[in-house]
Amino acid sequence: MLEVRDLIVSIAGNTILDGLNLTVRDGEVAAIMGPNGTGKSTLAYVIAGKEEYEVEGGEILVDGEDILAKSPDERAAAGVFLAFQYPVEIPGVGTMTFLRAALNAQRRARGEDELTTPAFMKRVNEAGAMLEIRKDFMKRALNVGFSGGEKKRMDILQMALLEPSVAILDETDSGLDIDAIRIVSEGVNKLRSAKRSFVLITHYQRLLNYIVPDTVHVMSGGRIVRTGGKELALELEQSGYRDFAPHSAAQPAAE
Amino acid sequence: MAAVQETVDRVKSIDVTEYKYGFSSVIEMDKAPAGLNEDIVRLISSKKNEPEWLTEWRLEAYRRWLTLEEPDWARVNYPRVKFDELHYYAAPKSHSGPKSLDEVDPELLRVYEKLGIPLQEQELLAGVEGAAQRRVAVDAVFDSVSVVTTFKNELAKAGVIFCPISEAVHTHPELVKKYLGSVVPTSDNYYSTLNAAVFSDGSFVYIPKGVRCPMELSTYFRINEQNTGQFERTLIIADEGSYVSYLEGCTAPRRDENQLHAAVVELITHDDAEIKYSTVQNWYPGDAEGKGGIYNFVTKRGDCRGKNSKISWTQVETGSAITWKYPSCILRGDGSRGEFYSIAISNGHQQVDSGTKMLHLGKNTTSRIISKGISAGKSQNTYRGQVSAHRKATNARNFTNCDSLLIGNDCGAHTVPYIEARNDSAQFEHEATTSKISEDQMFYCQQRGLSAEEATALIVNGFVRDVLQQLPMEFAVEAQKLIAISLEGSVG
Ligand SMILES: Nc1ncnc2c1ncn2[C@@H]1O[C@H](COP(=O)(O)OP(=O)(O)OP(=O)(O)O)[C@@H](O)[C@H]1O
Ligand SMILES: [Mg+2]
Repeated sequence: MLEVRDLIVSIAGNTILDGLNLTVRDGEVAAIMGPNGTGKSTLAYVIAGKEEYEVEGGEILVDGEDILAKSPDERAAAGVFLAFQYPVEIPGVGTMTFLRAALNAQRRARGEDELTTPAFMKRVNEAGAMLEIRKDFMKRALNVGFSGGEKKRMDILQMALLEPSVAILDETDSGLDIDAIRIVSEGVNKLRSAKRSFVLITHYQRLLNYIVPDTVHVMSGGRIVRTGGKELALELEQSGYRDFAPHSAAQPAAE
Repeated sequence: MAAVQETVDRVKSIDVTEYKYGFSSVIEMDKAPAGLNEDIVRLISSKKNEPEWLTEWRLEAYRRWLTLEEPDWARVNYPRVKFDELHYYAAPKSHSGPKSLDEVDPELLRVYEKLGIPLQEQELLAGVEGAAQRRVAVDAVFDSVSVVTTFKNELAKAGVIFCPISEAVHTHPELVKKYLGSVVPTSDNYYSTLNAAVFSDGSFVYIPKGVRCPMELSTYFRINEQNTGQFERTLIIADEGSYVSYLEGCTAPRRDENQLHAAVVELITHDDAEIKYSTVQNWYPGDAEGKGGIYNFVTKRGDCRGKNSKISWTQVETGSAITWKYPSCILRGDGSRGEFYSIAISNGHQQVDSGTKMLHLGKNTTSRIISKGISAGKSQNTYRGQVSAHRKATNARNFTNCDSLLIGNDCGAHTVPYIEARNDSAQFEHEATTSKISEDQMFYCQQRGLSAEEATALIVNGFVRDVLQQLPMEFAVEAQKLIAISLEGSVG
């Protein structure tokens, strides 16, 4: 479960998140939609612990525990996963090596044994098959020279492997071709579970046809300004965000 | 992967400020008075019972040295060495030539044990699986003196000579006389000239015609005594069609003063012979404020004298306050090949100016340079490389790849290539990149659960992979650990 309360965040002196509240329960899939530059990625980064943001107020709880004082790797071990809007290339580091190092680092942090090579291979192969990622990708340096869509699939593969309790997908659908959206969505649907909270950041209602959300939140001006069910996404598709001008008194934040 | 894990574990287990090899041992030393003059040179020579020709050779070098100026073209800054305050000779007392293990000062053996050097042949023989392939003959050099050489008998059976050079002077004078100074002439440069005057010991290797040396040969250098300069001299000759792989490891205790190390290594390959020379250099780099540390001014040069011969230098440089080092190849024989694979890491206040020279003299000669420089902390890391083709060197080929990785904002990386082709058929390729571990990369890795140290170790190991692959297996593992250790404190 993810709880964000009264979160105020600034960067370089500009307030980006301005008292944001968001709760995503265990097993819930929440979609966040909102205009460009409204702070969706900022929210994702701040939850994951990226340094350059200044958290000026509020709290972020994962499974009831405040994570704001934790480093990014500690948050990862606590179950936070972020699929990046722009996954990063890591030259020279083999994908397999990276996956194993990451998985084992998290397991160690949680006091679990490291996986044996066969057990690890089995997990990777299963995740790879589910996301239809060719095996030769595993031999390449992580994300280096991957196409935009391939990088995103690789991020979802990592999510499958790391089994987070809070998974944030930042525009995972953008840049994916039609088949890839289906494959990735099926992957995400398989990973939906009663213990896992998903946050889907997207601009397109289309994704939500594949991954049907429990809740849809509209973000504007650094806050959640409206919350509804999946039909809210359809409504947005029709009317756009014009009714959600930042800090518009006419549209009080739901909840 | 296992090795990366090990690296990471090792990093965790080590106190950030602790240089692991920084213990100093209490061993009675026999030391020459400070300063240098002809009498000291004679003293060193007489301590070794050297023949007249060698004493003269040293004296001539000394006189040359007096006329030379300390070079200042390297991108390193340091208070000048006070050559007249150094001791030019230090040896464990009661030492008179190499002994069998039983006779060696047990304290000395304990030092080597602490260093993890497998001096005890028995241990090796009884060692873990794969012992047969892993056996390494070791020549241990303590301060200036070669203390013990293992596996001598077995090597002798193959006709391989592996002994302290001070011993070879007596047992194989014709070889020493023929080859000593034939690659690095006495007057070559300031430090090598000084070395010629005062060198105390080092390793001598001769591989006879057609012999593939049955095991890796290794020398471990350790500086222990205070205020001593260490001047080893290594001479390796691979006769026609022979092969040898030679490993060199170095450590020194932590001391506040800087210590001078000015070694000379000469390699000679005859027709179709090959020498593979690997170094893992881990001299004390100085403390966090840049105090102390070794000044490493080393001259290493190989002469591919015979046709189709090959010399390959691989180095992992992590230690020393100052590194001034350019292992080079003279590609004299037609069809000969030179290689240089280097990982040079600098952290804290370290300064590295290192690279290579590939001098193409013969026809159809090829060379390959892969250099990976990593700078962290407040360090400066310079690659300086020279590739040249002589007028008569038709079809000379060189490939150079020189990559620099920066960690943090206070360090520097510099690339200084000199390329000179005096023959139109030369094909020289030069690639260079400079990159930085970006905050985005660090955040991405950490988001997946890796700590900052783990992420750095992973990225750096990826960066140096091409070179690590050139090292003998056990050395590669050791080097990987060293890399992680030397980057301690460079992140976060
Ligand atoms: N490092 C930074 N320095 C200055 N401003 C920043 C920085 N990062 C983000 N911002 C600003 O913060 C605001 C929110 O950016 P953010 O990336 O969170 O938006 P977003 O909602 O994800 O947009 P999009 O839909 O285009 O992905 C933008 O105005 C952006 O320019
Ligand atoms: Mg965004």
